[in-house]
Amino acid sequence: MVERQSPLEPEFHPGSHGNFEHGVEIILSETRPGSILQLAAWPGEEKRLMSSIYKVAGLALPDGAGGGVADGVKAAFGFAPGKFTVVDEAEGLASAFAGVITPNIGTVTDLSHGRTAIRIAGPKAEWVLAKFFAIDFALPAFPVGAGRSTTHHDVFAQIQRTGADQFDIYVFRSFARSFWKALCHASEEVGYEVQ
Amino acid sequence: MLITCPYCGPRDVIEFTYQGDGNRQRPQPSSQDLDAWNAYVYDRLNPAGDHNEIWQHSGGCRAHLRVVRNTLTHEISSSGFARGDHKAARHRLETKS
Repeated sequence: MVERQSPLEPEFHPGSHGNFEHGVEIILSETRPGSILQLAAWPGEEKRLMSSIYKVAGLALPDGAGGGVADGVKAAFGFAPGKFTVVDEAEGLASAFAGVITPNIGTVTDLSHGRTAIRIAGPKAEWVLAKFFAIDFALPAFPVGAGRSTTHHDVFAQIQRTGADQFDIYVFRSFARSFWKALCHASEEVGYEVQ
Repeated sequence: MLITCPYCGPRDVIEFTYQGDGNRQRPQPSSQDLDAWNAYVYDRLNPAGDHNEIWQHSGGCRAHLRVVRNTLTHEISSSGFARGDHKAARHRLETKS
């Protein structure tokens, strides 16, 4: 496989930035997963698609809107009715699903090169994201593993909570650098570290 | 204005796209009833009050929604997926003709 270049590269500056004299409260990183897939079930085939995700990725999705699960290597969450994002650190997830999700269950779309995954972590992660998105980031409303789809200035974003104070954000690759710069600016006042 | 998406929950109107009047009934494509086509294209109820509308959650789950919005107060009194309603509307149309 060819080595993928990060769209963030010109603006990706590891180290501490902003107002970090009193400590770093945000950690920003790019997770660079090998596979990012969108799976969609035809109406009525949602359960079969969810069991296919369990079969291939070993992730048991909870029922309900936006339900998801992350195990540190793979992650999956619902982002629309009958539609799921599945992510893996390794490449080749699309071909693994292609044999299992038959045309009468739904579709597999490989977005590995089309999305950029940005991770924001730290005690102020909720606070910084609340400046971007008009959704409730409190833990009871947005539990660990759950996914949300929303927009920031017309940039579509899928957000999965992968820890109590950690979120993975999937944005269009072409908008990723601009989104990353905005995220850095928004994190300046609490001090952030790029890893 | 907040619209409650049945999948995503209450979201700001900026995430939604208006898809038009939800009261329209499209004639069968083969219909040559010009009055029915005229009504479909031009006639609107334009109520001062509750109005059936189709919205798309374009900045979220992208589902099409059937929403009842009050044109005077912007109050949303109900919202749900449009998909089931669409089938019901087609059924109504087919049983009518």
